[in-house]
Amino acid sequence: MARQPIGDVLLKADNISLSFGGVKALSNISFDVREHELAAIIGPNGAGKSSMLNVINGFYHPQQGQITFKGQTRSRMKVHQAAVQGIARTFQNIALFKGMSVLDNLMTGRNLKMHSTMLEQAVYWGRARREELEHRGKVEEIIDFLNLESVRKTPVGRLPYGIQKRVELGRALAAEPSLLLLDEPMAGMNLEEKEDMCRFVLDVNEEFGTTIVLIEHDMGVVMDISDRVTVLDYGRLLAVGTPDEVRNNQEVIDAYLGVAND
Amino acid sequence: MLYRESGQFKTSYPADQAIFPIVQDRWGLIAVLVVAYGVVPFLIDDYWSNAVLLPFLCYAMAALGLNILVGYCGQISLGTGGFMAVGAYAAYKIMTTFPNLDFIPVVLAAGLITAAVGVLFGLPSLRIKGFYLAVATLAAQFFLVWVFNKFGWFYNYNATGQITAPPASVFGTLVTGAHTHPAVTYLFCLSFVALFALVAKNLVRNRVGRSWMAIRDMDIAAEIIGVRPLTTKLSAFAVSSFYVGMAGALYFAVWLGSAEPTEAFGIDQSFLVLFMIIIGGLGSILGSFLGAAFMVLMPILLKNVMVDSLGMAAVTAKHVEILLMGVLIIFFLIVEPHGLARLWQIMKEKLRLWPFPY
Ligand SMILES: Nc1ncnc2c1ncn2[C@@H]1O[C@H](COP(=O)(O)OP(=O)(O)O)[C@@H](O)[C@H]1O
Ligand SMILES: [Mg+2]
Repeated sequence: MARQPIGDVLLKADNISLSFGGVKALSNISFDVREHELAAIIGPNGAGKSSMLNVINGFYHPQQGQITFKGQTRSRMKVHQAAVQGIARTFQNIALFKGMSVLDNLMTGRNLKMHSTMLEQAVYWGRARREELEHRGKVEEIIDFLNLESVRKTPVGRLPYGIQKRVELGRALAAEPSLLLLDEPMAGMNLEEKEDMCRFVLDVNEEFGTTIVLIEHDMGVVMDISDRVTVLDYGRLLAVGTPDEVRNNQEVIDAYLGVAND
Repeated sequence: MLYRESGQFKTSYPADQAIFPIVQDRWGLIAVLVVAYGVVPFLIDDYWSNAVLLPFLCYAMAALGLNILVGYCGQISLGTGGFMAVGAYAAYKIMTTFPNLDFIPVVLAAGLITAAVGVLFGLPSLRIKGFYLAVATLAAQFFLVWVFNKFGWFYNYNATGQITAPPASVFGTLVTGAHTHPAVTYLFCLSFVALFALVAKNLVRNRVGRSWMAIRDMDIAAEIIGVRPLTTKLSAFAVSSFYVGMAGALYFAVWLGSAEPTEAFGIDQSFLVLFMIIIGGLGSILGSFLGAAFMVLMPILLKNVMVDSLGMAAVTAKHVEILLMGVLIIFFLIVEPHGLARLWQIMKEKLRLWPFPY
């Protein structure tokens, strides 16, 4: 399947500032993400990358700035609102439902698409049964896509780290999001797992046309797969551009690549 | 690539989504039901009914309810005794106000009233967690018992302060009062509990159950994928209290016949039911039954062995029992938090593969 061409602006952050007590996590950051784009945010530890994702999906409320998503401008996003609007995410430190099976984790990812009442669920009749089966089918497609067939009934707490990261991607995908935020999906993985994850991220972007914002430490990976890169450093916006532009940006070389190459 | 094998889905999911996908489990359950309905009613006498079967069924219902809240939704509660009291007093008031009412709507209404009270006392759970929530529910426990002692309206201003269940029947057959038949009361409670165990099983494997577990396991992540903490927690309090309330109604009206709030619904009851789900298995429907059976049968068994066979003094035996209970609780909390249900599951997995270990 051919990749869908990059479209209009889907998400726009304007002049976002966020601080915790004295710590300025983000100062006056503006950036945008276009439809079907695979955008990356890079920067050293503590640069404010995770904070930026938290602002986008309403988990942190910035002191200043605006978020425009699908044409609607808000001074702050609310967590539930973000979910309803089609923003899904994964976390830097895995945040799965550890006592639940892979299947149930993914099914929970679709909870906003299910509408049967508690009474219908209590008797597992009519709409409740129909919905369970229909969504089970969708979830199985994702399980298939991520090669999780052999562990679908396993409680995720018992799975190895690399697989858990994949399950978390699956849970986010289960919501069929229009914007997918991935916070260091490859962190702590070995080379092979990284390659797998890379392929999954690219496949999601290509096959479903999902817009993705990716935080990643591994410069090689970022430069390979992303359309555009935003560089943060100590809460400041250092540079935005294509991987090539960013790679040749002097400030970036000084501040980040220089450090990374030490 | 996404749609490969799509043809096989339709044939396999309904089967895999069935309530008991494993054949052995289905047969096991059928066997239990056949014995429970086809054999036990012919052997039952007053002793078995009053000392074993009715308490087991009433407590199983309460344990199901508490397990939904604690085991599935991760919200601790020490107020079970108080909520059972709400169910019992609701049933009493309804039965004395409408003497000719069938007993089934009485139990259901008692459950619904308790659900409403449970939601009210569940409100703090939106702000507080863990230990603090436990203390808040403990306050509910003492408050509710105090209310039922204090206000005469609840016990119809009778001199003893006790409530006594008037005769009530189901489809014309007496299930409460002095002139009941043990097989009838047993079958009535059994049917009620079996039906609502099925309902609980359905709830926990559907969306609402997954939402409960999601809140239990990682509330922030749950919220981010659209599970609302407020409605989810309150729904767990409501459903849990509904069960506990029905348990209270059955416990008072069918099993005990009459009750006094401090004795019948004290903090001891709260802990007893909590121990049942810890020993039986948190987050397991089967565990609720195993825990209830264990806690009802163990004291009887111990008494038989220690007092009747070994000739121990009753007081000493009671102390040994309490000690043993403490050790068991600690064992299950530390070694096997999923309780008897998990031990049973491990045994089944071993059996299924037997005689080849792998
Ligand atoms: N919840 C929080 N409370 C206090 N400080 C925070 C919080 N979240 C992030 N910070 C601070 O904000 C800064 C940016 O953190 P973060 O966004 O996690 O960086 P990154 O993801 O780029 O490593 C850090 O100094 C961090 O300590
Ligand atoms: Mg981070």
